[in-house]
Amino acid sequence: MNEIVRDRIDVALTVNGEPVEARVPAGQHLIDFLRLELGLTGAHASCEHGVCGACTVRVNGDAVRGCLMLAAQADGAEVWTVEGLTDTGEIADLQEAFVARNALQCGFCTPGMLVAAQELLAREDAPSRAEIREHLSGNYCRCTGYEAIVDAVETVATARAGKGGA
Amino acid sequence: MTIQFGNPDRPNSYIGKTVPRPNAPRLAQGRGRFVDDVVLPRMAHVAFVRSPYAHARIGGIDAAAAKAAKGVLRVFTGADIAEVCTPWVAVLAHLKGLKSPPQHPLAIERATWVGEPVAAVVATSRAAAEEAAALVEVAYEALPVVTDMMSALDETTPVIHPDLGDNLAFRRLHEEGDVEGAFAGAHKVVSARFRTARHTGVTLEPRSILVDWNPAEGQMVAWHATQAPHMMQTVFAKHLDVPESRVRVICADVGGSYGIKVHVYPDEVATAAIAKIMGRPVKFVADRLESFTTDIHARDHVIDARLAVDETGKILAMDVDDWTAIGPYSVYPRTSAIEGNQVVNLCGGPYDFASYRARTTVVFQNKTPTCQYRAVGHPIAVAITEGLVDMAAAELGLDPIEIRRRNLYADDAYPVTSPAKMRFEGLSHHASLNKLLELMDYDALRADQAQARKRGVHRGIGIASFIELTNPSPFMYGIGGARISAQDGCTVRMDPDGSVVALSGVTEQGQGTEAMLAQIVAEGVGVSADKVRVVTGDTQVTPYGGGTWASRGAGIGGEAALQAARALRDAILEVAAAMLQSEPGRLDIRAGAVVDPETGEERLSLEELGRIVYFRGDTLPKGLPRELVQTRHFITSDYPFAFTNGVQASYLEVDVETGVVTLLKHWCVEDCGRIINPQLVDEQIRGGIVQGLGGALYEEIHYDEEGQLLNGSMADYLVPMAAEMPDMVVGHVETPTKESLLGAKGAGEAGTAGAPAAVMNAVNDALRPLGAQITEMPFTPERILRALGTIES
Ligand code: FES
Ligand code: FES
Repeated sequence: MNEIVRDRIDVALTVNGEPVEARVPAGQHLIDFLRLELGLTGAHASCEHGVCGACTVRVNGDAVRGCLMLAAQADGAEVWTVEGLTDTGEIADLQEAFVARNALQCGFCTPGMLVAAQELLAREDAPSRAEIREHLSGNYCRCTGYEAIVDAVETVATARAGKGGA
Repeated sequence: MTIQFGNPDRPNSYIGKTVPRPNAPRLAQGRGRFVDDVVLPRMAHVAFVRSPYAHARIGGIDAAAAKAAKGVLRVFTGADIAEVCTPWVAVLAHLKGLKSPPQHPLAIERATWVGEPVAAVVATSRAAAEEAAALVEVAYEALPVVTDMMSALDETTPVIHPDLGDNLAFRRLHEEGDVEGAFAGAHKVVSARFRTARHTGVTLEPRSILVDWNPAEGQMVAWHATQAPHMMQTVFAKHLDVPESRVRVICADVGGSYGIKVHVYPDEVATAAIAKIMGRPVKFVADRLESFTTDIHARDHVIDARLAVDETGKILAMDVDDWTAIGPYSVYPRTSAIEGNQVVNLCGGPYDFASYRARTTVVFQNKTPTCQYRAVGHPIAVAITEGLVDMAAAELGLDPIEIRRRNLYADDAYPVTSPAKMRFEGLSHHASLNKLLELMDYDALRADQAQARKRGVHRGIGIASFIELTNPSPFMYGIGGARISAQDGCTVRMDPDGSVVALSGVTEQGQGTEAMLAQIVAEGVGVSADKVRVVTGDTQVTPYGGGTWASRGAGIGGEAALQAARALRDAILEVAAAMLQSEPGRLDIRAGAVVDPETGEERLSLEELGRIVYFRGDTLPKGLPRELVQTRHFITSDYPFAFTNGVQASYLEVDVETGVVTLLKHWCVEDCGRIINPQLVDEQIRGGIVQGLGGALYEEIHYDEEGQLLNGSMADYLVPMAAEMPDMVVGHVETPTKESLLGAKGAGEAGTAGAPAAVMNAVNDALRPLGAQITEMPFTPERILRALGTIES
């Protein structure tokens, strides 16, 4: 067995609803796999050790940090990134609210922030501002000061509740 | 032609309105294009070998193992890079006496801080480059380390750069009036030692650059996360010996900057040098540890200051002795002396008094270089000034509001020159303070505070007035010899379909530059904002300009855009007049059509005008000017800077058992002159406030005595997170600058400038009944408990 084969692993998963098969380096993180191999550059790497939340993507229904999970661990998983969530329209209202409220400035934190916010909104009908702040407290934003983000998430929560969503 | 800004019903009124940012949906969909998203054919990756010593002689470099590693293409030492890249010296002629040694992209003989790049490994992937970098063996010989700023000039302290003679980088003393006399005759003198901690910017997108050198074209293209693409173009051209016209710097989306990305970084220049040597694209993206050890730091100051007042609380004199340490090099090309210089310029800024002495001492040390970070020098000067003013008020038994009322420059006093020799064109301290009191309901808060105290809850209210330097002229850098543009340009062009393109030298890092420019151009030409496309961040196509620094985007870039837009409007009307057999003065452009200004009746759409100019020019009179492209440049000339002013307030609670500070609410009233987009301005202020709150409560870079950085990760260096931040109320007073038609001053840094002082004063307001006071930031629970005597000093 040569070295190349030894430190590479075959994976099969779905990413944004599309099947993906790949042979990934054993040590490659999911975020690098998504960005480098699949060209899904929406989610970002920033701290690369699980603190900032910029790399947040959805894996099997949970918001996870793409820099803490190995691509190899995603074998068989269902992965959604901001690109896929945009295409399905699942977070269109959140994205609209972020734009309307200017809840993003440089936008580097935004894809991770949106995935995290959507996870909260899927769980909680009417989160309070404090709950929103608490839930997003694993996601850094150095530009906005957070208030606009909290406003945007709150607006969507209210609107979704109004539609009798859940 | 003037615009009736006061009339909200004027045609095409976009200036002053909240309209959506054109680039926001793209970013919200994850369709941004940051440097790390760009992939080029044959692209290689570079990782740097960095000094683990704060000061060491570099002996042999053994790269054999690294070169043999999988994927490695080449390894470079400092000497290799020096063959194609000249060193730089970061001094400015107008900062007299400032000195700094020549600096190379990679250290050659000595490493002078932990993290300084010493060698570079280029590989086919970043992971391979990083792995191989760990295999490079450098023979270091440790040298004595200088870390403490206050003893850096002592006889017994080793000199970091023997050629410079001592560790003094810069010293400036400014003296005005009879300072000693004023202190001798004062009713009260208050004094304190203040400390502001070393910070860094923690941009979420790390510093990133991708450089391609195409030897066939003799052209260098750099995709660069920078705030100043033209400045970088000039730097690359100069130090890598490429004609300036053959260097193109592109900064597309930039993930946070805050001043961190406006400097010349050795590893970024090294990346460009490597691309030039290898003749292929090379990418460098800093990892987080590299960000902490090599992004510039700032705000590392210790200040002894005192204030003299008379019986009525009138300020008589202020005396400031500021010390700061900047690491081993002054940072190119802005220099690291500017921050201390700003402290001298800005202390006492809002107040009308006569006698002022301020000295800054800037020394070298073996830590990460410091340089300009958001609100350069301001948070320091504001904290000193406002801290002392509150202490004086307490001594005299005056309310903090009252002492400010008695000392702030009167709103009708302008123009005035301050004792620091800063010239103010028009500020609104009293109007701003009044507005703040109204917004926060000061009396009700005082009542709430008193109530809480009865329950044993310690709340505090802190006020901080401030000035902010914006719209800089060449007096900031140009006169010192730096090729940093204080002017900016805008080219505005009408295309055949009647849409408009604006190319601007100022840049977008998320603050909303492009939206602001689109609004100005839309109103200036007479089209709807969605018909305007803005292009920034590409030195090959935009007019030469300064980019983003010192809150100049709206005030300088916006004015250039307005003038260019008006010129295009005039050019369009000249063609239209010929076509309609009218006079340009008897026509107007509204909502994309040439109209009769009296009736508003449409005479000709811009689309039709475009069709004729571009495709049937034969039908127009011979010789008729038909330049549907106009460029204008703008530079301020009457004042070196457009000062803004504002005032902030913080309401917070101190848990005297744990020392934890809980922010309850924050207010800011700011006068940035004409507001172009209220929402964008408010969010700049909010974001700025939160960075200031970080400085007040959390952010501090720690080193040990050997110059080892102790908290080089996001888990260890605390920044504000959503859960700890308060809601913030933002209000405005508008005093447009008369230097421009637009009247805009900057708003990007005011939040950061005033927030730490407001928090400090609020904490001290809460602690005062307990006889405790703190002046060393950040106000950690430990520092608060020490002040309370709960734990021993
Ligand atoms: S990059 Fe994954 S949490 Fe920061
Ligand atoms: S918008 Fe820049 S980090 Fe959040």
